[in-house]
Amino acid sequence: MIRKIKAERIKDTVKELLLQANYEIGTDILEELSNSLNREESATGKSVLQQIIDNHQIARQERIAICQDTGMAVVFVNLGQEVHITGGDFTEAVNQGVKEAYTEGYLRKSVVEDPLFGRKNTGDNTPAVIHLELVPGDKVKIQVMTKGFGSENMSRGKMLLPSAGVQGVTDFVIETVQEAGPNPCPPLVIGVGIGGTLEMAARIAKIALMREIGHPNSDSRYAVLEKELKERVNELGIGPAGLGGRITALAVNVEYYPTHIAGLPVVVNINCHAARHTAAEI
Amino acid sequence: MDKNKRIQTPLTVQQAAELKVGDNILFSGVIYTARDAAHRRLAELLKEGKPLPIELEDQVLYYVGPAPAPPGHVCGAAGPTTSTRMDSYTPPLIAKGLRGMIGKGLRSKAVIEAMKKHGAVYFAATGGAAALISKSIKKVEVVAYEDLGTEAIHRMYVEDFPCIVVIDSYGNNLYESGPQQYRTC
Repeated sequence: MIRKIKAERIKDTVKELLLQANYEIGTDILEELSNSLNREESATGKSVLQQIIDNHQIARQERIAICQDTGMAVVFVNLGQEVHITGGDFTEAVNQGVKEAYTEGYLRKSVVEDPLFGRKNTGDNTPAVIHLELVPGDKVKIQVMTKGFGSENMSRGKMLLPSAGVQGVTDFVIETVQEAGPNPCPPLVIGVGIGGTLEMAARIAKIALMREIGHPNSDSRYAVLEKELKERVNELGIGPAGLGGRITALAVNVEYYPTHIAGLPVVVNINCHAARHTAAEI
Repeated sequence: MDKNKRIQTPLTVQQAAELKVGDNILFSGVIYTARDAAHRRLAELLKEGKPLPIELEDQVLYYVGPAPAPPGHVCGAAGPTTSTRMDSYTPPLIAKGLRGMIGKGLRSKAVIEAMKKHGAVYFAATGGAAALISKSIKKVEVVAYEDLGTEAIHRMYVEDFPCIVVIDSYGNNLYESGPQQYRTC
């Protein structure tokens, strides 16, 4: 049985999700910030964490963007195969939602039309980066992330050799976070994608960033790896805003995918403490 | 924690010399915004020996591209952007008398050397505390490069704008000494 969903509904949903993401941080992040404030030993670190918590309250109450870098819109859509989108083009609907959110919501337009030549601002924060996956069922799940580039710029990928193993992955994560230092606005949410191909590792690293904090990987081996990586990252002492302290990571989330006999791709996608993402199901 | 130091801009070379890493600062007065595109244009003017659109002597630059102001607000969210991207353009600006820079993130050796030579200070505002910081911005006007939109040079009138000295005019660097104190591996 085919279920019809109007393109306009896709547009409206994307718009609402982006507005919400930019003004209201997730309660999981807020709780983890609060826990971190209790655990942080550095006075400067505590003061930075308090500013961040206060900032979320101001943003939510006054509907001002949490961060001026309102990001590039990344939209993940799980489209049920029983769904028929009617009354318009799907991609255009997503981009129209982005345009309306960023224009009507007083959000910064940060997208340029060509990465190399001219770098002219598109003026409405379009286009979004869209990841579409066809899934069973007649629902449409939309997840949006407003990804800032202070942290995106410090993200790294590497094609490790299989022999590098857990140690190789751990070293690469630590090296990446150390090199990033204060630039990506710690405390961080760190998404690690392991396996697949070059682009699949990057894709699942981004998906890892959208997992709620406090929900470890369902595979206990990866859950242990996540815990160990978080501890190692926090031993670096980078601390809130990179000024020194115990809390460098709010979470490390790992996702994996089968890979080739010859390969071990790893992508470390770093998110700042303002890890803004929301989701809805139509 | 160090007590807050209130500073009225412009920032003189004497005031700058008294600042030490870790000092919590509350700025009041005029500061100027500039980020990537504005820096590129300033650097080109200096290269061609042409005058700059703003006088840099004893001024403080804030690396920011604010979000648009919602109705009833002077300024939208306005937190610091990553300073590292401004590094290649910065030493000639410091040589021109630029006294303070507010941003977040690492600076190059060349920038730190120029700061030591000319007595400039680098301040960090909390990245991602952009709504909170916008509260301390009382007036904003574009003074150059309006075509750059958010990247234009704005004159901001601020009151008790919160930041911290991360690299002082002697080259002491809190991004090194802070994490060293807490590193356990």
